[in-house]
Amino acid sequence: MTTPKPPCFPRFENWAEKSLLDLDTARRQGTKIAGVFCTYAPLELVRAAGAVPVSLCGKKQEPISAAEKHLPANLCPLIKSSYGYAVTDACPFFAASDFILGETTCDGKKKMFELLQEIKPLHLLHLPYLQDDATALAFWVDQIQRMQTFLEQTTGQRITRDRIQREIHDANRVRRLLKKIAYLASDHPVPLSGLDAMRVFESSSFVVNLPEFAGLLETLVQELTEMKARGVSVCTDDAPRILLTGCPVGKGSDKVLKLIEDSGAVVVCLENCTGFKNFDLLVEETGDPFEALARRYLRTPCSCMTPNQGRFDLISRLTQDFKVQGIVDQTWQCCHTYNVEAHGIKKLAEQTLKVPFLHIETDYSESDTEQLRTRIEAFLEVVEMN
Amino acid sequence: MLHIDHTGVVAGIDIGSRSIELVVLSPTGEITRQARLPTTFAPLRQCREILMGVGARRITATGYGRKLFVENDILNPCDAITEIQAYALGAARLYPEARTILDIGGQDTKVVSLGPEGRVLKFEMNDRCAAGTGKFLEIMATSLQVPIEEFGDFALAADKQVQISSMCAVFAESEATSLMGRGEQPQNIALGLHLAIVERTMAMLNRVGLEHPLCFAGGVAHNRCVIRLLEERLKTRIIVPTEPDMVGALGAARYCLRKETGQ
Ligand code: SF4
Ligand code: SF4
Repeated sequence: MTTPKPPCFPRFENWAEKSLLDLDTARRQGTKIAGVFCTYAPLELVRAAGAVPVSLCGKKQEPISAAEKHLPANLCPLIKSSYGYAVTDACPFFAASDFILGETTCDGKKKMFELLQEIKPLHLLHLPYLQDDATALAFWVDQIQRMQTFLEQTTGQRITRDRIQREIHDANRVRRLLKKIAYLASDHPVPLSGLDAMRVFESSSFVVNLPEFAGLLETLVQELTEMKARGVSVCTDDAPRILLTGCPVGKGSDKVLKLIEDSGAVVVCLENCTGFKNFDLLVEETGDPFEALARRYLRTPCSCMTPNQGRFDLISRLTQDFKVQGIVDQTWQCCHTYNVEAHGIKKLAEQTLKVPFLHIETDYSESDTEQLRTRIEAFLEVVEMN
Repeated sequence: MLHIDHTGVVAGIDIGSRSIELVVLSPTGEITRQARLPTTFAPLRQCREILMGVGARRITATGYGRKLFVENDILNPCDAITEIQAYALGAARLYPEARTILDIGGQDTKVVSLGPEGRVLKFEMNDRCAAGTGKFLEIMATSLQVPIEEFGDFALAADKQVQISSMCAVFAESEATSLMGRGEQPQNIALGLHLAIVERTMAMLNRVGLEHPLCFAGGVAHNRCVIRLLEERLKTRIIVPTEPDMVGALGAARYCLRKETGQ
């Protein structure tokens, strides 16, 4: 059975290729390209400097062996894959980047950026690890202003407050649309599979022209609304509704998501950085734009923060909103912060939310596929009986 | 496709990494036939072989090969359930009082906490590596040059406990080798290796929230040393089926019977 797709879906599937062409044109017109690795990077500021941000987060297995020549094998596959792409020069987005914006989220990334800066110019954003603290906010505002200086120097363009405000406005519009799509896609009937929704969300990290992308999202909203009216669904009525949380996933590192949907369930909500975490929070459109950016980005509920109550609140809210019947927490091997946090998420799911919970720790390779299949199918059997 | 019989008997087949088991049930749920074959590198051929002459009206597959079996349409109607559900259903049929089931097989270790009628309440399963599975014992037995069937009894002949701290099959093997080099008795090393497995299993049992009685099934339940060490650690007797590796196929057959009778 092939899953029904909205007519505009191929445009999302081809989005990365299209954006490579767009990047090429932009570069020839003198636009600078910023490679970013994480949801903490304030993209509005990048755009306000006339530069274009693209995601360099490695999601495939291939470059990992090359990375392991410099990096320890027991490091998270995301870091190894990202670094591997950089050293083998196999990622066109990396090649297109004029500079890198790194951030001090987890230890592995922090140290990897030290190596990466030998390959490309790199600006490091230092993160505080407290979220509800005035000194942390002041520190982070200062970091964002340092980033401004760096951007202005590299692009040769002055960043004005007006321009930031405008970029905030455009970025919020895209966030609202993505959020709307997330809800439309998975309210009953479910017109978009979790795998396809992920493709849509993922394309938002390779956008040269934001208003153009927002237009495409609007088309998708329309098409999904029509599909719903016609009762089109990608799954059976009784397919277990799963929330996927944990480390970032994307095309190439989506084996768990695929296995869940292959086993007859539907991922109605992606909570991770490639999904909800990325577009849930808006930036205030009034007041000082630096502070507004700082406040919003600092609230990102990543496990590198401590405490990280935001993730617990978000999962609780999404579980209700999406009528979730099972929670899968997928973490990458050696991602200490998420792997440790899995224990708390398990308690939240089982004791507070009363929803069956499965924690999977894996990497980008296929070696554990069959074992994962068994665990996921058994988990879904439990969900169905719950 | 094999011939279909209309007598109403149903079957369960458990296609594991090492062996394939078959259980046939009568319409009233009596076991009418059991069989077992090694999996080999041609599992489908082995499945056909084991089903030869079996007139089952319907079949349920479980184990690693369940997907392969269903996709190849060897017998129809056919469905698949996971080993976790199959062992739960099988154990509940044999020992309705069991609250937890431990299944240590060739590649996987699973712990299931059981609700009424073999309902799976919670489960734990090892991730990809061989630590704590039958494979671990097999590799160790080979390196100590003891037949796997005798490995448990061999370890029971130990006169002292040596500690093997590594759970990884590769590291444990070099740990065992260096102990040998220091003149340690192979029996004692074997015991250390069994202890390592039991430690690992205990952690898994605790994660699920062990409730007694515990039923221990799967291939490794043939190993008397593992049973003895588990009982020592748990300070209580555990239930071991006479044919511990048939439990999965029995559970699958039971599932099949439920489907057949629409219950
Ligand atoms: S999980 Fe944390 S570190 Fe990774 S991309 Fe998201 S915010 Fe950044
Ligand atoms: S997955 Fe975990 S270890 Fe890997 S980069 Fe993200 S936070 Fe760091």
